[in-house]
Amino acid sequence: MYQTKYHKPASVDEAVAALSSAEDGKVLGGGQTLLPTMKQHLAAPTDLVDLRGIAGMDAISAADGVLTIGAGARHADVAASATVREAIPALACLAGGIGDPAVRSMGTIGGSVANNDPAADYPAAVLGLGATVVTNSREIAADDFFEGMFSTALGEDEIITAIKFPIPSSAGYTKFPNPASRYAMVGVFVAQTGGGARVAVTGAGQDGVFRAEMMENALSSSFEAGALDGATVDSRGMLSDIHGTAEYRAHLVSVMAKRAVDSAV
Amino acid sequence: MTQIKMTVNGKSASADVPDNTLLSEFLRENLRLTGTHVGCDTSQCGACVVHVDGRAVKSCTVLAASLDGADVTTIEGVANGKELHPMQAAFKKHHGLQCGFCTPGMIMSGIDMVSRYQAEGQALTEDAIRHELEGNICRCTGYHNIVKAIEDAADQMSAPAQAAE
Amino acid sequence: MSDGIGARVERKEDKRFITGKGKYTDDVRVDNQAYAAFVRCPVAHAKINGVDSSAAMAMEGVIAVHTGPEMKEDGIGDIITGWSITSKDGSPMQCGVWNPMVTTYGRYVGDAVAVVVAETQAIARAAAELVELDYEELPASIGVEDAFQDGAAQVHENVPGNLIYDWEIGDEAAVAAALEGAHHITEMKIVNNRLSPNPMEPRSAVAIFDEAEDHYTLYTTSQNPHVARLVLSAFYNVAPEHKLRVIAPDVGGGFGSKIYIYPEEITCLWASMKTGRSVKWTSDRTEAFLTDAHGRDHVTKATMGFDAEGRIVGFKTDTLANIGAYVSLFATVTPTYLHGTLLSGCYDMPAVYGNVKAIHTNTVPVDAYRGAGRPEATYSVERMIETAAREMGMDPAELRRKNFITEFPYQTQVILQYDSGDYHKTLDMAQDIADVAGFAARKAEAASRGKLRGLGYSTFVEACGIAPSAAVGSLGAAVGLWESAEVRVNPVGSVEILTGCHSHGQGHETTFAQVVADRLGIPVDNVSVVHGDTDKVQFGMGTYGSRSGPVGMSAIVKALDKVEAKAKKIAAHTLEASEDDIVIENGEVKVAGTDKSMAWHEIGLAAYIAHNLPEGMEPGLKEAAFYDPLNFSFPAGALICEVEVDPETGVTDIVKFTAVDDFGNIINPNIVEGQVHGGVTQGIGQAMLEQVVYDDDGQMLTASYMDYCMPRADDVPSYALDHNATPSPLNPLGVKGCGEAGAIGSPPAVINAITDAIGTNDLQMPATPLAVWTALQNAKSSMAAE
Repeated sequence: MYQTKYHKPASVDEAVAALSSAEDGKVLGGGQTLLPTMKQHLAAPTDLVDLRGIAGMDAISAADGVLTIGAGARHADVAASATVREAIPALACLAGGIGDPAVRSMGTIGGSVANNDPAADYPAAVLGLGATVVTNSREIAADDFFEGMFSTALGEDEIITAIKFPIPSSAGYTKFPNPASRYAMVGVFVAQTGGGARVAVTGAGQDGVFRAEMMENALSSSFEAGALDGATVDSRGMLSDIHGTAEYRAHLVSVMAKRAVDSAV
Repeated sequence: MTQIKMTVNGKSASADVPDNTLLSEFLRENLRLTGTHVGCDTSQCGACVVHVDGRAVKSCTVLAASLDGADVTTIEGVANGKELHPMQAAFKKHHGLQCGFCTPGMIMSGIDMVSRYQAEGQALTEDAIRHELEGNICRCTGYHNIVKAIEDAADQMSAPAQAAE
Repeated sequence: MSDGIGARVERKEDKRFITGKGKYTDDVRVDNQAYAAFVRCPVAHAKINGVDSSAAMAMEGVIAVHTGPEMKEDGIGDIITGWSITSKDGSPMQCGVWNPMVTTYGRYVGDAVAVVVAETQAIARAAAELVELDYEELPASIGVEDAFQDGAAQVHENVPGNLIYDWEIGDEAAVAAALEGAHHITEMKIVNNRLSPNPMEPRSAVAIFDEAEDHYTLYTTSQNPHVARLVLSAFYNVAPEHKLRVIAPDVGGGFGSKIYIYPEEITCLWASMKTGRSVKWTSDRTEAFLTDAHGRDHVTKATMGFDAEGRIVGFKTDTLANIGAYVSLFATVTPTYLHGTLLSGCYDMPAVYGNVKAIHTNTVPVDAYRGAGRPEATYSVERMIETAAREMGMDPAELRRKNFITEFPYQTQVILQYDSGDYHKTLDMAQDIADVAGFAARKAEAASRGKLRGLGYSTFVEACGIAPSAAVGSLGAAVGLWESAEVRVNPVGSVEILTGCHSHGQGHETTFAQVVADRLGIPVDNVSVVHGDTDKVQFGMGTYGSRSGPVGMSAIVKALDKVEAKAKKIAAHTLEASEDDIVIENGEVKVAGTDKSMAWHEIGLAAYIAHNLPEGMEPGLKEAAFYDPLNFSFPAGALICEVEVDPETGVTDIVKFTAVDDFGNIINPNIVEGQVHGGVTQGIGQAMLEQVVYDDDGQMLTASYMDYCMPRADDVPSYALDHNATPSPLNPLGVKGCGEAGAIGSPPAVINAITDAIGTNDLQMPATPLAVWTALQNAKSSMAAE
């Protein structure tokens, strides 16, 4: 790993100040993606701004139909949280399936969402539930937040502080893990909300997480697996690699979507 | 450089470390606790698993600088003096290791999973053990005896709690 | 004797490993430690015109940058191969020259071009990125079939058509005649996928040069430190043997990949002399993928003919074997004498022929990996017979039984003579454990859940403990394949065994101690095993090819024979009895039929105090032996795999895996079963998960665990094992070797099960979800087209 300067600010304001004064600063959430990238010399930030010194960043609460998860909440905490399990069980289940136990001990929801790795799980939940990304300066709707692989609406020196999830009437998440990396090769989050069904797909698309409109329409009329018969995603927009061709991924989206609906609670 | 002070295996350890020092490097190079191993570059093999503030973490994917004040336990610190931890004893009894390289991480992950399941009152079935070992790769044993060892250790680890009831 | 042969003794070596006190090479740190990092060829084939190290040298903490031409100037030798193969036309093989570091041409991505030595590993690695290579990219050959095409890019100028040798075994004409008259013929193209061995401990070396003594010490991750010392000394000219100590301390798995003496170890030794610093290098995982020798990578066309009763009349294979850019130590023998000689499988085949063409490609060298040649042969034979059974509408187990060898010793048509076996009973036992009788019901139940169940067999035989030395020498080996042992009885009666074998997970410290404990009737705790250090142990050949049991332990037995003979003389003298009446039992040396005896430790004391020894006897009790086997030993087994496939996703779940093996006599069942668990898991890895993939330009697409799929705990089941021992008559313990059988036998069982489940045979390894799903789609569309 190249040299870097480590900062551990005690407040969001200090963190933003540290970032803006750095030549090429990066936010350190749990580090479970950033540090491996740095170890392989694929990233070389001059400064790392660790958010784990900021009190309250990992708070989890539910009120008025909204589940709010602090950006610093670790995957293991989200998975084990009684509040999350009560409000959106599918989200707890998703968090409990990210990486492996040791990764879940450190990785944070804010880090995962900000990174927008095309094979990460959380973006599917954020988009699939129509969540709101809260930053130090504004609130961004999920539909406006994800801008393609590793790309988001976050400005320079902007820090995610929390995610607000509207609590759906039911939701489910099913993923097909890449056999080698165990990241999502296809992950489908389905949710039944007051505004109709939402279906978000991670792992499969060339532009990162996306909404499957044909499936949303089908599920909006009837939220059951059978409604998805014939509802597909276009294989032309899918990733293709040694683990899965575009056709295979497109097929798996349909299979995982049905299984997600079947698992929805 | 960042000055850190942490507790490692019950003893205080302080050092000035370069900011890019990984916990695995700090343990192996600064403290010469070489039982923590590094087997991959992508945080997948789990040979480096240690406990930080009671949780299993991959020490190759944590900066030492971020752990000022942390309580760290490594494979060298799990035995109670000369008495092996039940997980260590179970690995020996069930031939849960061959070359020994992944073993420290396996034992640390094993202890962590048993503790979590027992805290939640959940049964640690064979399927659950295999699933929980997703982040620990062994090339020698085919996992068969590792799973048996963890199953047995789980029984041993719950015994005192039951006895106390 | 509770600690003796056959006892499930807990391993003596475990305590250090479970407490984090194992000492692996990367744990070694000496005074004045410096660190090496390598600059590697970034493309598959290039002419290196220049190396600019100025920016790297300018970096603080960089000690030196050295290149291949400097090494050459210093007289460091080229990397050798250990076995010369003669082509079928009588011509010697042709191989390209392998410089430890590139002098002119880089021939695979990862080929070492320069070494940076620096104060820390981080500095060395960062500086290596600053070394600029001026190179010209050349056309490359990557896949083995492409590399053998007319007009393929030449990997080495002196190897036309990239053909290293064109070798054959068996009687081609006899097979042709047999196939001509066959009632049924099965033909298949069989791909044996390319694998990366992946011991969990990456390779590492610590080289220490002592200028005052002109002496070198090398700590290294080796399966055979003595062979390493011999080769480093005699061929690479690093130092004379007596000025070079090689230590292989705890080694974290090998599987073949740590047999070889790689460029990095040679370079570290040389760089320690150049810089006057101790030089340490530890591979990271990506470097391991790029530079550790790979395994397998065969493409075979196979034809098997049967008579009307289902008896095999002839079997023929034509194989292209990918050797990679350079010919590694055992790379030539693996596809020939370790593969072609096993083509008869466990069947009485009247005519067998194998042709193997070994091909250079612009990829990392391919060499022996757990099983080495035998998995490739077994896969061909066992896929063919299963497929033939389906084609002929016969039960695959019954077709096997019709062809099993039943009388031993059995002389195959391809050199080998099998020692012993009972293939029918082994298969009976496996079928019983696997509950084959209940399979139809389980299949129907699975179908009711929308799942496809399949069952596949593999009945295999393999060859362990490659030998004897004179025979392998006549076939081209550059070394003998005996093993050495020394048994030292201390004055207090405890015993030290010095062995030329090396344990890197096999548990020799326990198994070898059990052999002594059994023989002398002393506890295993009174026996210690010394290995892995050329200063401590006499010359030895190391551990690979499942040789430590049949060959290494036989050497210990031979040395024990001598120790016992001397002990009996001492006892006879002391107890005033005839030597012939002395027996050794339960830690006592007794006069049979009397109450006269000496405790074992009294013998040791008598030997060293030497106040009252027989006339003319030398004091002391320590004997050495070198054992050269009469033949290989031939473990065999019956494996049954049962799978359930999810047709919607192509995901295969192994629901049960049964292995009944014949390893001859077993010293420690725990350790032997552990070898089967690990071997079968590697075989399942090959069958379903693992494959090294290069793109068309020769860049590796699977250079980390993000893309190379290692078997994890939830990929495999718990295994159902049993043993049907027919002791080998060829070695004193009647053992056969168990280290590789699982990896050799299991891939065809898995693929036979999956193809049975999905109802199409059009499937190559690895049977990933994508591959299985694709096979199902192809089968559907070809059915639709019909």
